[in-house]
Amino acid sequence: MWDYSDKVKEHFFSPCNAGALDDANAVGDVGSLNCGDALRLMLKVDPDTETIQDARFQTFGCGSAIASSSALTEIVKGMTLDAALKVSNKDIADYLDGLPPEKMHCSVMGREALHAAVANYRGEEWKDNHEEGALICKCFAIDAVLIEDTVRANNLSSVEDVINYTKAGGGCSSCHEGIEEILVKVLAERGETFNPHTVELKEEAQPAKLTNLQRIKRIEIVLDAMRPQLRRDHGDIELVDVDGKTIYVNMTGACSGCQMEALTLQGIQQKLMEDLGEFVKLVPSRAGSLSRAASHP
Amino acid sequence: MDGIYLDNNATTRVDDTVVAAMLPFFTEQFGNPSSMHSFGNKVGLAIKKARLQVQELLGAEHESEIIFTSCGTESDATALLSAIKSNPEKKEIITTSIEHPAVLALCAHLEKEGYKVHRLKVDERGRLDLDAYARLLSDRVAVVSVMWANNETGSFFPVLEMAEMAHAAGVLFHTDAVQAVGKVPIDLKTSKIDMLSLSGHKLHAPKGIGVLYLKRGVRFRPLLRGGHQERGRRAGTENTAAIVGLGLACEQAMQHMHYENTEVKRLRDKLEAGILARVPRAFPTGDVTNRLPNTSNIAFEFIEGEAILLLLNKFGIAASSGSACTSGSLEPSHVMRAMGIPYTAAHGTIRFSLSRYSTEAEVDRVIQVAPEIVAQLRKLSPYWGDNGPADEPDKAFAPVYA
Repeated sequence: MWDYSDKVKEHFFSPCNAGALDDANAVGDVGSLNCGDALRLMLKVDPDTETIQDARFQTFGCGSAIASSSALTEIVKGMTLDAALKVSNKDIADYLDGLPPEKMHCSVMGREALHAAVANYRGEEWKDNHEEGALICKCFAIDAVLIEDTVRANNLSSVEDVINYTKAGGGCSSCHEGIEEILVKVLAERGETFNPHTVELKEEAQPAKLTNLQRIKRIEIVLDAMRPQLRRDHGDIELVDVDGKTIYVNMTGACSGCQMEALTLQGIQQKLMEDLGEFVKLVPSRAGSLSRAASHP
Repeated sequence: MDGIYLDNNATTRVDDTVVAAMLPFFTEQFGNPSSMHSFGNKVGLAIKKARLQVQELLGAEHESEIIFTSCGTESDATALLSAIKSNPEKKEIITTSIEHPAVLALCAHLEKEGYKVHRLKVDERGRLDLDAYARLLSDRVAVVSVMWANNETGSFFPVLEMAEMAHAAGVLFHTDAVQAVGKVPIDLKTSKIDMLSLSGHKLHAPKGIGVLYLKRGVRFRPLLRGGHQERGRRAGTENTAAIVGLGLACEQAMQHMHYENTEVKRLRDKLEAGILARVPRAFPTGDVTNRLPNTSNIAFEFIEGEAILLLLNKFGIAASSGSACTSGSLEPSHVMRAMGIPYTAAHGTIRFSLSRYSTEAEVDRVIQVAPEIVAQLRKLSPYWGDNGPADEPDKAFAPVYA
């Protein structure tokens, strides 16, 4: 039995806004081919304010599909269309206190129905652009299509790569056989053979050649390459120290204290790992913030 | 626990007398049957008795043809891997498209290692084309593996006839009889079946015990090596208590064989007829005139199985579904797909599987509750109108699929 939250059960056993909405002027019919679930979302939109006055649904699907539909109608009632379009599948899942990873697609279907209904209201044609594959990583709910596309787009060749790019396989590691099967397939497409030992080889070979000084120079080159982008946003980055796999940097200008700082660091860390061919951790330097504090008494 | 348990093809309740027979083997009779001292000698005798009880139920010619394993899946894997290892020059396997994953997933794996796997197709009732089967039999085939009864629909395959055909072609024949053993009479000594798998927990014995029947003289390569147990064919210290439990459960299955095929069958038929009479747009799946006496698989059109199960569970009724959403894989039942059941019906398939513990009152209650649940869910379904399916349901609702 699925581990459904009480909220999911509540919305399944007593769904809100179920049934046809006769005077609907925005209807979205979508389905998930993968599991066969399908949903019709009906909205009554006030043409003057573009506010959703009423929302109802009909769902052919499992417990979490019905609960997600019910949650969706509750969330969007009273919203303007533009505000409703910002509702993500995660918002739907959060409203239900979470869904099992295998069931996240139910919330995705809800969001898609919403987009389809708005498109229907505005006389546009809605096209679905997301394809769903068999669920591979249950820890992080990552499916085969996403892994395959990422492997192809980034020329990945190892399970470690896949973990770094998609998170898939980074939890309990039970799905590594499935990830390897995808790698075998995609590597064969580009005429390569999957070698399960490439990671170890790479890790042993490359860092051995780099002296600490060489590494620091390589890091500087990567940071220099990132700099124009940061400066465009009136920020900058400086290298403070390198201690083994930990790289300390100082975020300056607009970057310092920016809400997006963590995201920026993550991106730079990714670039560094790709260039150095090893795992590194990028840490905003405490020394940096101390010196900042000192210079602004 | 109170409740109406109609999911006996998934697993069964261990009979109280079976539990009682097992208990001494955890405490007073804990010895290793291989030991020389007196702690072990009664245990060896108990295992011997259990082996005879299993032999009796299967109609095996020799008790040494019974190999105790840990489960049905292990028995299946042992049988198939032994067949291909003892016939290394044969690189083909014949099975069906509606086998249990214990066989299908193993075959898919062997396919990656270079084996050619023929999966026999089934028709809309789940029946095989024996001419197609005959054409595939050749000296390139290492083993045929065909289930005796399907776990989802209960339908039988003609395994006795298929074993004769395989034998005539010089091909080993294995059957996964996990659902059939204990529910239908079996007499292996007069059959050409070389190997048969059974699982204890499907016939009121505990989980964690299975049997591989291996006809005397069939070439065999063990899966587990490392000890003399089971005459060196399955190493590992015997699961004594479970073996004793399985032996008694087999004896009881033999005693209840008639009841299973009369009274349990009557209740199953009553349940099925009762639901079908009260629910429009519902139909039984599989080969309904040729199936296990305890199983009924009903497709409820335009609604989804997990939703039905959740509501049944609210009324204390346990069943199972072929819907995608009840399995972790999101894949709809491969059995329903193989039979070509349209997905708006396949997703709403519910399997009711009874046992000798099922009662008339339970069946009556399900006949009363199930139609209400179906009606309640159909109110939510975009394929369903006010008083029945929308006119041309496929046109009334044609969603954009991702």
